[in-house]
Amino acid sequence: MSNVPADLRFLKSHEWARLEADGTITVGISDHAQQALGDLVFVEAPEAGRRVSAGEGCAVVESVKAASDVYSPVSGEVIAGNADLGGQPELINQDPYGAGWIMRIRPDDKAQFAALLDAKAYEAALAAETH
Amino acid sequence: MPFIPHTADDIRDMLTAIGARDTEALFDEIPAGLRARALDAIPPALSEMEVGRLMSARAGADGQPLNFIGAGAYEHHVPAAVWAIVTRGEFYSAYTPYQAEASQGTLQLLYEFQSMMASLTGMAASNASLYDGATALGEACLMAVRAHRKSKSQRILVPAAVNPAYRDVLQAVAGGQNLAFELLPYDPRGGTTTTASLEKYRGEDITALVVQQPNFFGSLEDVDALTDWAHEAGMLVIAVVNPVSLAVLKPPGEWGTTGADIVCGEGQPLGVPLSSGGPYFGFMTTRMEHVRQMPGRIVGRTVDLDGKPGFTLTLQAREQHIRRSKATSNICTNQGLLVTAATIYMSLVGPRGLAQVASTCVQRSAVLVAALARVPGVRVAFDGPRFHEAVLLLDRPVRGVLEALAARGIVGGCDISRDYPSLGNALLVCATETRTLQDIETYARALTDVMQSAAAA
Repeated sequence: MSNVPADLRFLKSHEWARLEADGTITVGISDHAQQALGDLVFVEAPEAGRRVSAGEGCAVVESVKAASDVYSPVSGEVIAGNADLGGQPELINQDPYGAGWIMRIRPDDKAQFAALLDAKAYEAALAAETH
Repeated sequence: MPFIPHTADDIRDMLTAIGARDTEALFDEIPAGLRARALDAIPPALSEMEVGRLMSARAGADGQPLNFIGAGAYEHHVPAAVWAIVTRGEFYSAYTPYQAEASQGTLQLLYEFQSMMASLTGMAASNASLYDGATALGEACLMAVRAHRKSKSQRILVPAAVNPAYRDVLQAVAGGQNLAFELLPYDPRGGTTTTASLEKYRGEDITALVVQQPNFFGSLEDVDALTDWAHEAGMLVIAVVNPVSLAVLKPPGEWGTTGADIVCGEGQPLGVPLSSGGPYFGFMTTRMEHVRQMPGRIVGRTVDLDGKPGFTLTLQAREQHIRRSKATSNICTNQGLLVTAATIYMSLVGPRGLAQVASTCVQRSAVLVAALARVPGVRVAFDGPRFHEAVLLLDRPVRGVLEALAARGIVGGCDISRDYPSLGNALLVCATETRTLQDIETYARALTDVMQSAAAA
């Protein structure tokens, strides 16, 4: 069973989002997603300064099995990509909700964050996916 | 492992197994209006004997002229062993087999090819080849747009001294993907691209600068100054090079302070016959940091479960069978047979042999240019160092002169007057190691006659 922290929001496409104290949103992929992908070998995080729309593919995670897009949960401006992933993509496998974060976004509209799946809804989505 | 089509028995067994009446029945669900009709313009099939006679007759019509034309495809000596080895059954397949469990020999050969190209160009990584030099440049421009994540403009600077056919193909390959190509003038004295012509772009968002070395005129660009200027202005540098020339010229990986970013070119000079214009092959190498943006197949060396070395395709997540529409390119193959020839050619001649070929080209073309420049009505267009080609300016239209030379069994060069109208009557000539001093003498005497007789007439 994968770990779904109660304080995060999620997308059905397996990204997580955390609202930080300064109003920015940190984004990564869920524990379920990293388990499904297997050992990650490459991560392409977006450049700071890039404008992204909600639902836009803006990062790529590549494992020994597949390469997948990571979709932005909100519209806004990327303020940082996780540079540590360049040399250590395995951080996502080891700590998907911590050191394995992928990007930080300053959202145009915080209401978009509130509309994301909460932990319970994401767990339900995962359960539906496996059945 | 045989790579042969299904036999009639195989097909019958498969149809029986799935319960289909015949092969045609498999296409039933496609509406009749969408099915391709027969190709009426294709003539009926000929037997091998008939094709053989037709091709002999056509080759006979070409004759055995003395060739002084280059302009992107070059006549070099190909040791007989090259094609004797290439046509062995293990290599001579219509399909390039990539299955690691079945094709270790082919995969190792591609790996060796990549190692040779990386070494020759001074770059970290090579792909297993592309279709030809012109499309390789198109792919290199698309790659630069992907690799240069800070540049949003998709604008690429292309010198007018880059092969005009390559510039046309660039437009065809990348123009439809919203890349914009800006033409840089050449210096009328040296025939090269100067950093002064770049100054007006300083401070603008430009993705990359293309540098061809030697350029289409055969002249040597100041690649160090161009590379450093482009990098300082925040552009990537795409090098287009003749692989033979790299045996004596500085590899693009050492251009300027940090080297070019992407290197591509036409591989034909490495063991591939002229063959009426193709097939040839393109090559591409790059820095390790851009390897995931490189198109095409890449073979890697690895170890199996028992720790034994082996070869396999690698970094396939860039490719369209995995990434679909987001793949780096629709190129999912390579020019296997021609790369096999190039790899064997490079193995046979070796680094010293290749350097001998290159320096003989430089010497012979210098003798050619000096001999032709003594002919009345002929002068050399550009000063400065050259590799194995030069532009000559004639006092009359080039076409008539070439026709008169052809009547004497000499292919006198490439008429570039139409591509470069400001040059006037411009003829691009080339001499490789295959042109002897007697050949050059023959050409100089014939040109003198042609120019005199026309002057008299």
